[in-house]
Amino acid sequence: MTEPPFAEENLERREESHLDGNAAAGELRTLFAVDVTAADGQCAGCGRRAVLAEARLYTQAPGLVVRCAGCESVLLRVVTGSGRTWLDLRGLTYLQFATP
Amino acid sequence: MRGRLAWRVATVTALREETATARTLVLKVPGWPGHDAGQHVDVRLTAPDGYTAVRSYSIASSGLAADAELIELTVDRVPDGEVSPYLTQIISVGDPLELRGPLGGWFVWRPTQQEPVQLVAGGSGLVPLMAMLRARADAGSQAPFRLLYSVRRPESILYAGEVDRLGDGNGLAVTYAFTRVAPPGSARPPGRLDAALVAESAWPVDTVPTCYVCGPTPFVEAAADLLIDAGHDPARIRTERFGPTGGTS
Repeated sequence: MTEPPFAEENLERREESHLDGNAAAGELRTLFAVDVTAADGQCAGCGRRAVLAEARLYTQAPGLVVRCAGCESVLLRVVTGSGRTWLDLRGLTYLQFATP
Repeated sequence: MRGRLAWRVATVTALREETATARTLVLKVPGWPGHDAGQHVDVRLTAPDGYTAVRSYSIASSGLAADAELIELTVDRVPDGEVSPYLTQIISVGDPLELRGPLGGWFVWRPTQQEPVQLVAGGSGLVPLMAMLRARADAGSQAPFRLLYSVRRPESILYAGEVDRLGDGNGLAVTYAFTRVAPPGSARPPGRLDAALVAESAWPVDTVPTCYVCGPTPFVEAAADLLIDAGHDPARIRTERFGPTGGTS
């Protein structure tokens, strides 16, 4: 099994500039059948519940890092390379989708 | 919105210069499934050596156009950018352009919404909000709208004539905040959006508007804070930031 390229220092990074979770919609739609940015999620760090579109997206790290807008904990990471994608959701207690 | 997202090849059918740095691309997208006002697309450029660059751009058109396969993107040139110089200076009518979307189901306005809406734009952050104004007009919506548009100088205004035309007696009030150069005769000297202007021109808190704020990250932070300080519920404020490395513009 290939080691995920998540260096621990990535968890400590605090970039000045971030986007909204909205901007991750394209990348996440390649992995999920629904729009995850419109889903509600709960932060495993502080318990805050919010729409993923309102979380903070950092694109300067390798891949995408989405952090809680309340406590800055990492909610989600996606890294793609060498024909593989790693998805780390450990920072989310749950995601709640509308299922029409 | 379900199913796997595919890259599509659009064709440029028209180009419109909006300002000295911004240009609108009218694209024909075969099989376009339609979109809501406020959504964006990812655009992918591929170099001959296979190197690719992907950027997000807001859709400027309403989603209610007569030709459902036509969409419009307005792109502002980022100096030293990898993608925006190509889209604003080089791409020509008839050229193909790879894109995927529509994307983002949160920062959207739908004509079924009837509550007051406060739009706050910083620079080219007007683009997705323009889609909302156009959708409102195309759908014949009576939802009361206010737009607070922060822009450097009069010649940087996007869609100038159209915004004023949409606002003229139609339940849309437009306020400009000029940050560098104000037009002659302006009551307000050039300066950033501030609490006084928000108090004067934004919806009062008791009208419970839904607020959409779009612009560069520092602008969005400042504008959202001003709305919250004025007493607006953070849960009713939706934001879309774009960054220096591309992002939604």
